[in-house]
Amino acid sequence: MQRCGYVHLWLLGSVLLICLISGVTSVKGDVALLHQESHLKPLSEFKSNLNQTEQGNGSRVITGISIVTFKWNHVKTPYLVALWILVAVLAKLVIESFPSVTNVIPESALLICFGWILGGIIWAADLQQTFSLTPTVFFYFLLPQIILDAGYSMPNKLFFTNLGGILLYAILGTVWCAATLGLSLWGCQAGGAMGALDIGLLQYLLFGSLIAAVDPVAVLAVFEQVHVNEVLFIMVFGESLLNDGVTVVLFNVFDAFVKLGGPRINAVEIIKGIISFFVVAFGGSLVGLAFGLLVSLLSKYTKNIQIIEPGFIFVLGYLSYLTADMLSLSAILSVTFCGVSCQKYLNSNMAESSVNTVRYVMKVFANGSETIIFVFLGISAIDKTIWVWNTGFVLLTLFFTLVYRFIGTFIQTWWLNQYRLVPIAFIDQLIMSYGGLRGAVAYGLATMLDDQRIKEKKLMIGTTLIVVYFTVILQGVTMKPFVTWLKVKRAAVAEVTLIEKVQNKVFEHSLVAIEDISGQIGDNYLRGKWKIFEEKWMSRFLLTSEARKKQDYIFNVFHQLNLKDAVDYVDEGERRGSLEFVRNESAFINFKKKLGDEFSEVLPDIMAAASDDPDAMRRDPVSSVSLQMHEKTMQGTRETEDIDAHHLLQQHLYKGRKQHLHRYSRNHLDINTDDNEVQEIFQRTMRNRLESFKSAKMGLAPAKTITKHTKKDQQQKMPNGKSTDTSKNYYANNEGFELSEGDNASGSEASGGSFPFRVNYKAGAGIENPTFMPDPDPMAPMQIPPWQAEDEPDGSTVSPSQRAQVRLPWTPTNLRRLAPLRISTQSTDSFAQADTPASQEKDKKWPPPPPPPSDK
Amino acid sequence: MGASQTRTEHKYQDLADKTGFSLEQIENLHKRFQQLSNNEETINREHLDSIPSLANNPIRKQIIEAFFDKRNQHQDEVGSCEEIGFEQFLMVMSHFRPPSLKTTEEEKEAMRKEKLRFLFNMHDTDNDGTITLVEYRKVVEELLSKSGDIGQEAAKAIADAAMLEVASTNVPHMDPDDFYEGITFEHFEQILKGLEMETRMYIRFLDVETPTLRCGKSTS
Repeated sequence: MQRCGYVHLWLLGSVLLICLISGVTSVKGDVALLHQESHLKPLSEFKSNLNQTEQGNGSRVITGISIVTFKWNHVKTPYLVALWILVAVLAKLVIESFPSVTNVIPESALLICFGWILGGIIWAADLQQTFSLTPTVFFYFLLPQIILDAGYSMPNKLFFTNLGGILLYAILGTVWCAATLGLSLWGCQAGGAMGALDIGLLQYLLFGSLIAAVDPVAVLAVFEQVHVNEVLFIMVFGESLLNDGVTVVLFNVFDAFVKLGGPRINAVEIIKGIISFFVVAFGGSLVGLAFGLLVSLLSKYTKNIQIIEPGFIFVLGYLSYLTADMLSLSAILSVTFCGVSCQKYLNSNMAESSVNTVRYVMKVFANGSETIIFVFLGISAIDKTIWVWNTGFVLLTLFFTLVYRFIGTFIQTWWLNQYRLVPIAFIDQLIMSYGGLRGAVAYGLATMLDDQRIKEKKLMIGTTLIVVYFTVILQGVTMKPFVTWLKVKRAAVAEVTLIEKVQNKVFEHSLVAIEDISGQIGDNYLRGKWKIFEEKWMSRFLLTSEARKKQDYIFNVFHQLNLKDAVDYVDEGERRGSLEFVRNESAFINFKKKLGDEFSEVLPDIMAAASDDPDAMRRDPVSSVSLQMHEKTMQGTRETEDIDAHHLLQQHLYKGRKQHLHRYSRNHLDINTDDNEVQEIFQRTMRNRLESFKSAKMGLAPAKTITKHTKKDQQQKMPNGKSTDTSKNYYANNEGFELSEGDNASGSEASGGSFPFRVNYKAGAGIENPTFMPDPDPMAPMQIPPWQAEDEPDGSTVSPSQRAQVRLPWTPTNLRRLAPLRISTQSTDSFAQADTPASQEKDKKWPPPPPPPSDK
Repeated sequence: MGASQTRTEHKYQDLADKTGFSLEQIENLHKRFQQLSNNEETINREHLDSIPSLANNPIRKQIIEAFFDKRNQHQDEVGSCEEIGFEQFLMVMSHFRPPSLKTTEEEKEAMRKEKLRFLFNMHDTDNDGTITLVEYRKVVEELLSKSGDIGQEAAKAIADAAMLEVASTNVPHMDPDDFYEGITFEHFEQILKGLEMETRMYIRFLDVETPTLRCGKSTS
């Protein structure tokens, strides 16, 4: 996955680079040109109309066929849309290529400024504002994907842990802001602070509700750059996301009141309004949940249509938005919860490539529309017709939004802190209040105002824009210094480590257990119960059986980290020109020295530790020099490995490998769809490299002659630890005489009980490369490929000695987890097994390794 | 359950000073204690083992063991006892007590250490000051045993990998001859830094039986 990620990144990077090289010098010009083009639109439109009419007339009259015609009107709308997207994205490109600027001024602010410039150009060309953000475009084409992305990439656990607080801020906070702002403005008007304005109390409340929306787009844009601690982040972000929904609902309720007119509002209507508020909010969330579960369920069955698998979430997410909107429920909340509820199941059900695709496409959409929104927010301002200035109104609105945001946050946090185990610190509260950025949602709602009933609509739009600019630009710019100055606890930017994940899990289980024991029903208790419920029911319905297997989080992390290490390993090797760097570490020679020194004591430890390396050699019947010693510890695992190896080989080598047909297919992105094969190829390549260097490092004797494969005497080893025979083997190695068959045989012997057929297989093993023994028969009972045979009776294998397991080997420090991958060749877990066989093939691919360094 | 009333307030005061719980919380916990012990003076492993909601907890064994571990009793003893009284029960519980806003930085630091020590002890079963690979594997195996699809071997591999991480982060320049003996407490502290244990290792102990969600700390 990481790999894929890099590929994507690389692709993206290269595309950007190309754009940059070819365009950066002239981008500004380009943009301007594009603009010219687009504002010339009316003109050219006019012309093309002319053309068309001419042509129309012409075709009737003239007999000739025109070879090329200019049909602007045909493509006008999509063309303009595409151009706008291009412009916005190019703007972002230019802005992002100056990191020193974006470090100080958030990107969103820069985009707005860019919008102003563009708007100015358009204005200059057209003398009117041709383009502005219409509510339809905003709410139906720009907003959904942003919200979907936010929901989909929401850190679920954090979100639900703090859900109480988030809901409080989102619901009460919004209502508070709307109410206080509306009332205060109304009061000020009554006090004569703003001159004569034709706005009633209801209209003020309506205005208050639209301006109360803290905008997730703006908040994300700013907070993502600031890296505050996670609780603070989720509080602000979760609030902004949910309160969008709440604001829209509130807006609709007040809008209905306004339509109803003042005199007809009575207690019943108000109660109805309150009820509708909750119905709309929770109904929307439920619709979203339903759609989320539907997507999850669908993704369970998309195995055969992997190529369109990623599409479902987008289509259904959008549908959930539209459905909720159709039912007049909260569309924003719907799509939020759709994303939140399906992410987990989707991520485990879909193939990794699809997961990546979804993630990237989602980001592309969200980022793109975010960019467009900000640019348009800027453009919209350059329009004389919308500006009606009323200093009192504007300033008071600004003042009140800011002040009430602070007051509201403090009151609510104070209340919340009564119940929170970890209170929200004062500084965090400050940032939370200050992070109340308003954005496009407010503007979108403002443009939706009905100018029949609200006479001062223009003033409201203008004021909203001012508030948006003020918060996004001013607060956005000052946020970072503010955070630094107040020493807000930042997020620890740390690498994911396995131990942390494991410890975290231990820790969580301990908390649940303690709550259980102490009889308290707390968050942990509920979370624990939910987990059990989810594992029992949700997973069963929504996850494919394979996905359920991979469910365990820790296991996933383990997998990811291993992959990452493997990639790092190769990268590092390639960077140095070869993978030889491992050789220089001389770890092995030292191991051997140690073997000599503290033979009986330490040997088993080392064996277990070094197991993989000797393993590699041992499996290589030609160069079977030194490594029998760890047979003791390894025999149990080895035999299973061997079985698997044999299997893989049977599957992939005896039959010819599938040819890669390079053909275009709309249905199959990946030509080689055989997972096992793909996996094997990948892993084998990796293995080959790793093992070959190891063997080189170990210094194998080239082609010591072989055989004597049935040294049955060696099988009398004791399964635990430091057996005499280990030492014997060891010395034997040094003489270069005894061969690895001993352990082969012993392996087979030990395994005899559980895998009788193995004896056959082993019998020939010493003679030739066992992997090429054309002896498929005994394998019959093993037809399950190793990666599926999770329940391999590994328990029956001889377990490595206790001591051997106690310590870990020294490993090159630049590869932190790869060693475990190697260690895990002993294990029967799925990937480890899948890769072990690869190493066995190495003798085909690599020349016999160099002679051994004298290790004595 | 009603037997708790026989205890005097004074007795609780003593415990309250020792453990930092409020009297109400102690009262509550005492009720729970008696419920668990069937009104006996002491509690043993079976009592805890039979808590139904604990049945699904993969590390049940470790947790229960922690209650009987003398290291967690703030005494300088090691080993484990067969049964514990209420005071010991409280002592163990007190590791999960939330701080109040009044606690000073030093106290917080001490609490953090204590909490970590508790977790550490859970792993370090033989009390030799390091979590060896064997010990660690055991915990991880238990931990993953409930997830069903992860075999013992995989669990072992994960434990090994985790251990290697610790080794490589804490002893970046290991000589080839060296072995990583196990996680010492210092290393343990180091690796858990990112988890912000100190801000999360809390249980809400109720003051009153009804879940009115007051947790006995001062308001901001």
